[in-house]
Amino acid sequence: MVVLDIETEDGQREALRRMLTIRAFDTKAADLFSDGELPGFVHLYVGEEAVGVGACSALESDDYITSTHRGHGHCIAKGLDPDLMMAELFGKANGYCNGKGGSMHIADVDAGMLGANGIVGAGPPLATGAALTSHLKGEDTVALAFFGDGAVAQGQVHEAINLAATWNLPAVFLVENNQYGEATPVEKQHNVQNLSETAEAYNIPGFTVDGMDITAVYEAVKEARKRAADGEGPTFIEAETYRYHGHFEGDQQPYRTEEDVAIWKDRDAIESFKRRLVDAGTITEDEFDEMKAEIDQQIEDAVGKAKDAAYPDPSEAYEDMFNAAVPEISDFSSGMRADGGEDR
Amino acid sequence: MSTETSSGTGPDQTKEMTIREAIRLALREELERDDDVFVMGEDVGKFGGVYEVTGDLVEQFGEERVRDTPISEAGFMGAAVGAAATGTRPVVEIMFSDFIGVCSEQIINQMAKNRYMFGGKTEMPVTVRTTEGGGSGAASQHSGTIHTWFAHFPGVMAVAPATPASAKGLLKSAIRSDDPVIVFENKQIYEQKGEVPLDDDFTIPIGTASVEREGEDVTVVATQRMVGESLELAEELAGQTSVEVIDLRSLYPMDTETLVESVKKTGRLVIADESPLSYGTHAEVATRVMENAFYSLDAPIQRVGVADVHIPFSPALEEEVLPHGSDVEAAINRIV
Repeated sequence: MVVLDIETEDGQREALRRMLTIRAFDTKAADLFSDGELPGFVHLYVGEEAVGVGACSALESDDYITSTHRGHGHCIAKGLDPDLMMAELFGKANGYCNGKGGSMHIADVDAGMLGANGIVGAGPPLATGAALTSHLKGEDTVALAFFGDGAVAQGQVHEAINLAATWNLPAVFLVENNQYGEATPVEKQHNVQNLSETAEAYNIPGFTVDGMDITAVYEAVKEARKRAADGEGPTFIEAETYRYHGHFEGDQQPYRTEEDVAIWKDRDAIESFKRRLVDAGTITEDEFDEMKAEIDQQIEDAVGKAKDAAYPDPSEAYEDMFNAAVPEISDFSSGMRADGGEDR
Repeated sequence: MSTETSSGTGPDQTKEMTIREAIRLALREELERDDDVFVMGEDVGKFGGVYEVTGDLVEQFGEERVRDTPISEAGFMGAAVGAAATGTRPVVEIMFSDFIGVCSEQIINQMAKNRYMFGGKTEMPVTVRTTEGGGSGAASQHSGTIHTWFAHFPGVMAVAPATPASAKGLLKSAIRSDDPVIVFENKQIYEQKGEVPLDDDFTIPIGTASVEREGEDVTVVATQRMVGESLELAEELAGQTSVEVIDLRSLYPMDTETLVESVKKTGRLVIADESPLSYGTHAEVATRVMENAFYSLDAPIQRVGVADVHIPFSPALEEEVLPHGSDVEAAINRIV
């Protein structure tokens, strides 16, 4: 795997590749969903790619992240395999969660990805816990929580940051302010101008950065990671970004106009990063087109493989609840005492 | 089913101690045994815990591993889940089980679900200790018995000790388990004494009940404080009614076999547990016995618990609603 370090030219190309992969993956997921091919809900990361990739490029490979319901981008940024993600979206046995989690629960704990999460605001306490492990074991890993602007209003997010700040844990709290908490604009959910102002309450550094600029995100997280690893505690970063799709696929988006979306698309993070790399001679237009075509094909192949993959055996529904064997689950699942009891 | 294991090489020594001391001994032994184990909760350090359970542990293990938290149950419960997923074994104290409502999100949607949602690819070795029960004049927000919620909720194991030995053995099993276990400690019996094995590998497997007294006429399946009160009652009734007393001790998973075998012998069943009666622990025990020993039952199953009210403040009212041995006796008299 190519190391994601955007201070090198290889790393810059890899960052671009991951941003393109996220966009291709989620654009395809939108198509599949509208064609009725995906069960459940999908929440797409299109437009926010610079945040996930910029942040993960500032992390070490054994650092931990927690994610959100809009987690595909975080997974790809952290290096997860789109084939196994797509299999999970289709509910197939070879998916990351063997088909038990789906879009909102993709996880790969061994890769440091502690899970997408269907509960808004539930990730930051988990990141505080991962940072606590690092602290207690004297490891040099850092935990970064991705969460949305909506989650900033959640009590457990406050508790997680307060705990990490008070205990001086190696954590980074990264708000992806995509301007809407579900269908309600950010200014109707918070009484501060910038969400990073809340950092003052914890006596930790707080910054607002342009989340459409991968370098700005990278530099802020790099600095925050260094502080965390040096034992200087957590940092609160707000990345201002925008989701091009609705809150969920199928969202009619009465809360915004196409013009609103167009303003942000004009500042598209992939387009601007690509332009910079072309201008610097890191990549040519042809190489970019080739990279994009390759990624599009990779995602097409991922869909093909996912469609061809087997569903889990129905009996798998009764596996994985506990590490220990629990008789209740096997008894109930086999129709507990269907004969009316052995003493009949 | 005799289930206690005593696999260590040391002599089978026991010592009389209280439930409080037995819990502290279990914590001390597990903190000594495994560097990944740590304790956290409100005032568990220098203060020693609001019921003095953690006591002096901080002096031996330091503030990192016996960790005082802010009054922030959602935050530290969530931190326990994240810590467990990344390689430690947290033992969390929630001061009163009534406070679990404040952090139930992290228990029900994270701790209980992560392993399953992730296809079995993570472990969740979290132990939660919390206190239950009325009898202190602490009123409705500090006296509840809520263990049915978590015995019911998939993905969590729930145990409730009634004796010093089971307090030690169950807690050690909980801490060593790779699954989330909530230990429900009735606060009225912390001072209850009994013999406790000193073997530092003494554990009681989760999912096992214990026949505390054998009898022929009626089975009393009890939990927590009601075990001791039922044993006293059985002693009083000896000579007229032969009462078998079973300490359920593991609410989920439940040792159906031990319960069923007993009822097949006695034909009568009383279930005594401090939970509210509707949809409760009693109902689960009754159902399992009916499913497996229906034709052995000679009389309707009796339930002794709280009549679906909260625990009131006034001593006169609190005494009225809490179940006691006298209620078990009345239940026995209805069917024997």
